[in-house]
Amino acid sequence: MFGRLLLCRLPKHYMKSLIGTAYSGSHAQFTGGQKMKRITEHPILGKIEKGRKVNFTFDGREFAGYEGEPIAAALKANGVAVHRYTAKLHKPRGIFCAIGRCTDCVMVIDGKPNIRTCITPLREGMNVQTQYGTGAKKEGAAER
Amino acid sequence: MKRYDLIIVGAGPAGLSAAAEASKRGMSVAVFDENAKPGGQLFKQIHKFFGSKKHKAKMRGYRIGEQLLSEVKGIADVELNSPVIGIYPGREVVVRQGDGIVHYCADSIIVATGASENAVPFEGWTLPGVMGAGAAQTMMNLHGVKPGENILMLGSGNVGLVVAFQLLQAGCNVKALVDAAPRIGGYGVHAAKIARCGVPFYLSHTVAKAEGTSCVTGAVIKRVDEHFRPIAGTEKHFDVDTICLAVGLSPMSQLLMMAGCDMEDNPKRGGQVPVCGEYGETSAPGIFAAGDVSGIEEASSAMIEGRMAGICAAAYLGFCTESEKWTALCPLKDDLNDLRQGMFAPKSHGKSLETTDEGILLSGTLLKKGHITSEEAERFPGVVHEAGVHPVIECTQNIPCNPCQDVCPKHCIRVGSNITALPEVDKSANCIGCGMCVASCPGQAIFLLNENCAPGFATVTLPYEFLPLPQKGRKGKALDRAGKPVCSAEVVGVKASPAFDHTAILTIKVPSEMAMDARFFKEEGA
Amino acid sequence: MIRANDRSADIGPFIAADDDDVIICRCEEVTKGEIRKAVHSGMYTLAEVRRYLRCGMGLCQGQTCGRLVKGIIAHELGAKPSQLEPATGRAPMRPTEMRILGSEKR
Repeated sequence: MFGRLLLCRLPKHYMKSLIGTAYSGSHAQFTGGQKMKRITEHPILGKIEKGRKVNFTFDGREFAGYEGEPIAAALKANGVAVHRYTAKLHKPRGIFCAIGRCTDCVMVIDGKPNIRTCITPLREGMNVQTQYGTGAKKEGAAER
Repeated sequence: MKRYDLIIVGAGPAGLSAAAEASKRGMSVAVFDENAKPGGQLFKQIHKFFGSKKHKAKMRGYRIGEQLLSEVKGIADVELNSPVIGIYPGREVVVRQGDGIVHYCADSIIVATGASENAVPFEGWTLPGVMGAGAAQTMMNLHGVKPGENILMLGSGNVGLVVAFQLLQAGCNVKALVDAAPRIGGYGVHAAKIARCGVPFYLSHTVAKAEGTSCVTGAVIKRVDEHFRPIAGTEKHFDVDTICLAVGLSPMSQLLMMAGCDMEDNPKRGGQVPVCGEYGETSAPGIFAAGDVSGIEEASSAMIEGRMAGICAAAYLGFCTESEKWTALCPLKDDLNDLRQGMFAPKSHGKSLETTDEGILLSGTLLKKGHITSEEAERFPGVVHEAGVHPVIECTQNIPCNPCQDVCPKHCIRVGSNITALPEVDKSANCIGCGMCVASCPGQAIFLLNENCAPGFATVTLPYEFLPLPQKGRKGKALDRAGKPVCSAEVVGVKASPAFDHTAILTIKVPSEMAMDARFFKEEGA
Repeated sequence: MIRANDRSADIGPFIAADDDDVIICRCEEVTKGEIRKAVHSGMYTLAEVRRYLRCGMGLCQGQTCGRLVKGIIAHELGAKPSQLEPATGRAPMRPTEMRILGSEKR
């Protein structure tokens, strides 16, 4: 299921670069559906320990992540790049500083907007929504 | 209102070091940090630090962080998820904790809030996929998630160089390292580590555009002239999904401004900094600053500054006598001075050096392409040719660093009392090929050569910090310092050891004429 | 008076540039052109430009754009960024919800 999600989330030439990546020094090892993005064994850090696997929803779709990791990390591992669209120019934004300062990665979490996903821990059953301006997409609103 | 003798803002290397010194002298200390984990940027630093033993050389950043934390455990209150939102007259510190704010008062304050990453705008820079180099480091080293697959790094200072290498270790493909400057800004050895993996350097170039509609799908770079203006018609395109910005740091000094300290905009220190004495004293009595917030430097100096500020705060409130204070400060001042020497010292900033301190002509290729040539290598005292196995040290810039001297059990390597001196190989000593020097050099600049191990063949032992580790017997290509395959190679030895601290050493067999070119290995079919 | 704020100095007219559309303040989506035009409209200080355009008043409170805006204003004035008056540092240092600011704990 995650393989399918990964495919429809990413543009075509991105997929090409995933398959035909030129060697440049390393292959950290991966397992599971989030094959391409998660590092399970790192040459210096060893086995990456994570909390227990939890499910969450992103814009209505069910995703998996690890309890306690930043929501942004779980989204990135699932191939999600766009966290929100800006209020004025409706432009896509995602992770920029990853440290809770730039506020570009904010999303609507369990109904609350402006939550910095790069520093907010993921919990079982969390409802993560793309933020449009300052809130979630209104029911019946046209795609901008 | 809860009162502390000392409140420290920031639990990074400077803040924790300050807490250790202050608590030791009997002060009640609270450290407030906005993050969920302490250690500041330290826990993301997975590389080995430079310096000497007292500077914690050859220890990885996160290990130093663990040591610091255990030093303050139980003796200082380290409160996390506690951003200090204001410092008010009378040294009142207001902290956001949980769902409310709490007022504390302190008899002394040390602000050690560090710095934040700079940004450089270009067309498309707001697209998802453009991020700070620190952001990439956080994602991979703290959260175990690759920031992307194909990366372009902008910035050739130490942050750009080190994070580029860490991206390779995480399994990413670094397509290019770009800098508008005509020369690489960071250590040559950091550049060499990525050059030998094939990462190309584009100096005098800048990112003109990030392409993509909902996220980055490509990058366009352009050459710049001597005034850093992009030159039309020089566009080069890269298929990348991530652009990392490593374009400098700015001190986060707003709290000090609010607290009433005299400030100055000092470009040499990274921007808006408090006017500070040598030991961190600001113009406001009882308020000190330590670490990057008082001037961008590095973790090693931040830790020493933190200790000095902690001691000064203790003396300020009478927790130690003036003479005790100076007894403690003097060796720390020396340690700090030792770090501030050499080619990259603050006093050498902006200077274009031609030779090393020893009078050896510096490598021009190193500053342009990220690697020295085999001809240039011969100039340096660490590069020797002997019978049997021996070290070849391609350390070509004066940087305060000497683990190589300390780890050799046979005393083959000499740096001397001035730790910025280039290491020399003592030809009279007997190298046993243990590989400790190869594994311990923070710059991964030491190799073991056996130039005629068998007729027509040589072996080269090199440091290897990637997965999977090639196995003995595997065949492939030896890459030169620029990452170009130059000959066939076979792995004849692989050694990993706890003493090597995660740096494995690989011994490859190559034709003897390639001994001074082969500097990396790529397995067949990899 | 800081030389850079000398309003009797003629800094010349606003001349459009190729990169005027680049966003500088990411939070409030203020472009480089808007900032440059503001300077040529007579706003020579960080505070004035910020109040007029809201650059630096968004969610991140200038953490990302502060240095960039300062550099652009300085450039238009023909001054060095270090010659401009810095932005004031005020509480709260991090974006804080009103209900939290209003909830004082003992």
